[in-house]
Order: sequence, then structure tokens, then C-alpha cells
Amino acid sequence: MSTATLNHIGWVLRGNLLTGVAAAGVGLLCLLAIIGPSIVPYDPVVSDVSQALRPPSAAHWAGTDQLGRDVFSRTVVAARLDLMIAASAVALSFGVGAVIGSFCGYVGGWLDRAVGRFVDVLMAFPLFVLAMAMVAALGNRVENIVIATAFINLPFYIRFARAEVNVRRNLGWVEAARACGDSHLKVVLSFLLPNVLPAMAVQVSLNLGWAVLNAAGLSFIGLGVQAPTPEWGIMVAEGARFISTGNWWLVVCPGIALMVTVLFFNLLGDGLRDILDPRMRT
Amino acid sequence: MAKDLIVSTLRRTGRRFLSSVPALVGVLVFTFLLMRVLPGDPAVFFASGPNSGKEEIEFVRQQMGLDKPIPQQLAIYLGDVAQGHLGRSLTTGQAVTADIRQRLPASLELTFTALLLALSAALPLGILAALKPGSIIDHAVRLACVAGVCMPTFVSGLLLVYVFYYWLGIAPDPTGRLDVFATAPPAVTGFLLIDFLLAGDLEGWWSAARQLVLPAVTMALFVLAPIARITRASMLTALGSDFVRTARSLGLSSWRVVVVYALRNALLPVLTILGIVFSTMLGANVLVEKVFSWPGVASYALDALLASDYAPVQGFVLLMATIFVLVNLVVDVLYGIADPRVSMD
Repeated sequence: MSTATLNHIGWVLRGNLLTGVAAAGVGLLCLLAIIGPSIVPYDPVVSDVSQALRPPSAAHWAGTDQLGRDVFSRTVVAARLDLMIAASAVALSFGVGAVIGSFCGYVGGWLDRAVGRFVDVLMAFPLFVLAMAMVAALGNRVENIVIATAFINLPFYIRFARAEVNVRRNLGWVEAARACGDSHLKVVLSFLLPNVLPAMAVQVSLNLGWAVLNAAGLSFIGLGVQAPTPEWGIMVAEGARFISTGNWWLVVCPGIALMVTVLFFNLLGDGLRDILDPRMRT
Repeated sequence: MAKDLIVSTLRRTGRRFLSSVPALVGVLVFTFLLMRVLPGDPAVFFASGPNSGKEEIEFVRQQMGLDKPIPQQLAIYLGDVAQGHLGRSLTTGQAVTADIRQRLPASLELTFTALLLALSAALPLGILAALKPGSIIDHAVRLACVAGVCMPTFVSGLLLVYVFYYWLGIAPDPTGRLDVFATAPPAVTGFLLIDFLLAGDLEGWWSAARQLVLPAVTMALFVLAPIARITRASMLTALGSDFVRTARSLGLSSWRVVVVYALRNALLPVLTILGIVFSTMLGANVLVEKVFSWPGVASYALDALLASDYAPVQGFVLLMATIFVLVNLVVDVLYGIADPRVSMD
């Protein structure tokens, strides 16, 4: 990194304290995902019916659920699963989308039009409904939540990569590479793709928050992760049965975890955009 | 002039509609294929049980057309859809079209009420924030936007239930469209609020409205942020433009400048975002209907999905795609009305 880049990052961070906070928050979340299961005070799946549905106290910071399991421990342990689902889904659609989009933008013609039409069809209806149908079709397993979430993110990445490659395909340095005898495959993979990635990387952080919400929503309606695995969506779904009787902590604790995670990712995404793509600065 | 406008709007509408037909067919084929790889054999599921005889399962399979090759099944399905048959739901035993017709008004009533609520809150907020950038209102709007995007609908819905039903006790029991003791009005439109008004039953109207408020507010909160944000941004652009400065310098009242000149020009981006917002609302319907046990199409499709009942899910997805195409069409027409320059090209 050049000093100019560092200066720029410093400038952005000074101007926007929130980005620093968000970066620290995301770091903390990742740390929790790694060491969470070994530092929580209670086993997240062992039930103790004598302690069922206790409100928050000194012993149980976020109370206990209907089986007497510690809600705080479950929420912390769930961070790993939720972040893993979101991260793998976004990585998958980022990789696949970048390659497909780049080739479409480079080749153009009927391939471009066909893929463009397919993307239009994909975006033609509510994406959450599509994800729901996919998880049901592929089977009610965690891998399939990842695949479904990746799939509904795909159109955005394909469109983005296509547009970025399309404006660059006839630039001087691309023609120079071709004139040197590089194959089309090499031109796309080693010259065009690396030029597109930084701009796409900004989308990743914004997308991660969305992926977390999506995965939690799917398990909330009973798809994907199954009880008794600690996962934020399932915990809210289980807590929903007790909200009418006033046991708010079952919903609030995983709900806050979800909110804070998405908030950090979104703030970090906005900050990253300011750093990596100064044209988009608002 | 007005005639020209109508003709060009109609022409554009027709063109847009035709161009969306391939997308609809694509959705149809896609969902068909998706549903066919569902795990579990529906023939076994809907025969009397897992221990039913082989002949019985085979009979059910034949009756459902599952013994034919996949391409033939697809052709039959497409033909049926063209004639308006969406198949039969195996769980309710009724035609899917009948089920959907019965349940769609519940979903639409919820979605439109939510959209209306969101618009009536987000537009003034966005305008106020744009009129006084940097003020407390501006910061409050920005904070609300950030919070609104991060809050999952199912969590905010449950929190509303806790606060207004359990804690304050002013909201009714959050299940369904009607109080258990209330009688439904004669069905005319299926929209309870309208039907109660038509029947002149104000007490019923009030009870239906009370049931509707929490789910509608939940969904409105979910889409408040994008609408307010885009209103603020496009109002800022419009307020900074030359024609607004001219209008101000001519001494027009500030109300007239803001509402007539700036707002009308700022509406186009808002309309664009409304199409997207509506689509996300259709998706959020699944979550909100589940939280509030709302008897709409989304919960119908969800139940069918978990029972591996193909036809309702296909019908639901097709319905969503159709509604989405129609909404975009409406947005397109509104474009032309909000800004006649759009329909010129």
C-alpha cells in the first residue's frame, strides 16, 4: 500500500468515525464466531427444565428459554453458524458471478443476451420467495441455505461484472494483451477480472448483512437449520411462541444480535465504498 | 396533446407488457423444474400413508400424472396454465386458483395498507429532511433509515406484539384477520375494510382495522427507510436546481415551490424505487404472515411447501411474478403521468 492510499484511508476514517467502529465490530463478531463456543458460561444445547423461562438475571444474562437453556450462550454460539452461512454464500456468488459476468461482458452477442434474460427472469420475482422454494426443493439442510442465498445474490454480481468488463473490453491495454497473442481466456481471467474485483468487493460487505438476514429469515419459517442447533432465526421462531405471554428476552437477545451484525456490515460497506471507490462518495 | 399522451402511454404499456411475457414463461418453466426435484414422493405422501400398498401409490402417481416423462408433464402444465388451471392443492383438496382467489385479498389488503402507511410517513419525512439538511429531523431520518434496514421484519413484528398486545394491552390478539367473536361481512371484494364499509358495519370495520394495524406497521417499518432515503436525495437535487431558484425569485409561495415544482420533479426516482419496494414487500409477506398467522397467500404457499404439495407453490410463485410485472407496468404508466417527457421517446 502506498502512502497515498494510507493517507486516503486515514482521511476517510477521520471523517467517518463510524467506519472504524464498524470495522472493530465486525472484527469482534469474527472473534466471537471463532472462540465463542469455548468462552460461553453454559452449554448451548443442554436443557435444565427446572430453570425454564427465567427472566434475565445475574446467573443468566439474557434469561433462559422454555427448556432452561441459557439464551445468552446460545446467541453467542450461534454467531459462528450465522456468519459462516452468510460468508460462504456471498463468497460463492461473488466468485461465480464475477466469472460469468466477465465472460458475458467480454464475449457479448447472444451469450450476453441469453444470460441477461436469465438474470432478468431471476430478478423478476421476490428473491426471498425464490430462496424459500430453492431450499425446499434441494432439501432442508444448511448447505442448501448457502446455495439458495448465493443464487439469489448472483444476478447482482453478474450484472455488475458484466457492466464493468463491457466498458473495458476495447480499451488500449486489453487490445495490447490480445495483440501480444494472449488467448481470450487469459485476457478475461488475468487482465479484466482483476480490474473488476475491487469495485465488486464493496458490494460484498453490504451483501453480507443482507445474507445474514436472509438466512435467519429462512430458518425462522422452518427451512434450513433445525432445532436444537443454536441459530438466530430459529431462536426468534421459538421465542415467538412465548411473546404473547410476555417472555420478551427469547426474541430480543437473538434479535439484537441480528440487528447489530447487519448494522456493522452495512456501516463497514459504506465506509469501504468511500475508501475503495472515491467516485461514489456521498 | 392529452390524446397524444394517452396514445403514447398505451403504446408503451403494451410494449412493456409484451416484453415481460418471456420472463413470465421463464419463471413458469423454472418453478416447474424446481418443484420436480423436491425430495420425497408426493404419491407416497398423499396415499393413505407410508404403509399403503404398492398399487395404491402407483394409482395416486398415475392420477397426479407423475408417471409421465418430465417434458410431457411440463407441456401439460403449460397448457393448463394457459387455460387458467393451476392444478389442485392436495392438502386443501381445492383448485389452487380457488384457494388463491380466496386468500389473495388478505395479502393484498395487508401489503397495500402497509405501502400506504409507509408512503404517508416516508414522503413527509424525506421532504422535511431535504428542506433542512443537517437539522435534527435530517439526522433522525438518517438514523431511522439505518435502523430500519437492519431490523429483521420478524423481530420488529414480535416486538410490536410484545409492546402493544402484552405490555400496553391496546392491540388485539395478534392472530388472523378477524376477532374470533366477530362475524365476517358478506364477501364482495374480499378486502375486509371495504366489505365492512359496504355492509355499513362500523364496529366490524374497527375490529378488522385493529387486527390489520400491527402487521401493516411491521411491514411499513421495513420499507420506510428506502422510500425516505430516496425522497430526501431526489428532493435535495430538485431543490438545488435552477427552476426552483427561478420560482423562488419570482416570489411564489414556498409551499407552492416545494410541492408543485420540486416534489413533482423529485417523484420519478421515488416511483422507480417503489417497484423494487413492492417486490421486497411481497417477499416479506411470508415472514409477516407467519408472525401474525395472517391467512394470506404467502402462508398458504409456505404450508404447501412444507407438505411437499407442488401445485400451490408453483401457483404462488407465478402469482408473485405476475403481480410484480403488473406493478412495474403501473409504475411505468405513472412515470408518464408524473413526467410527460418520459413518454416522448
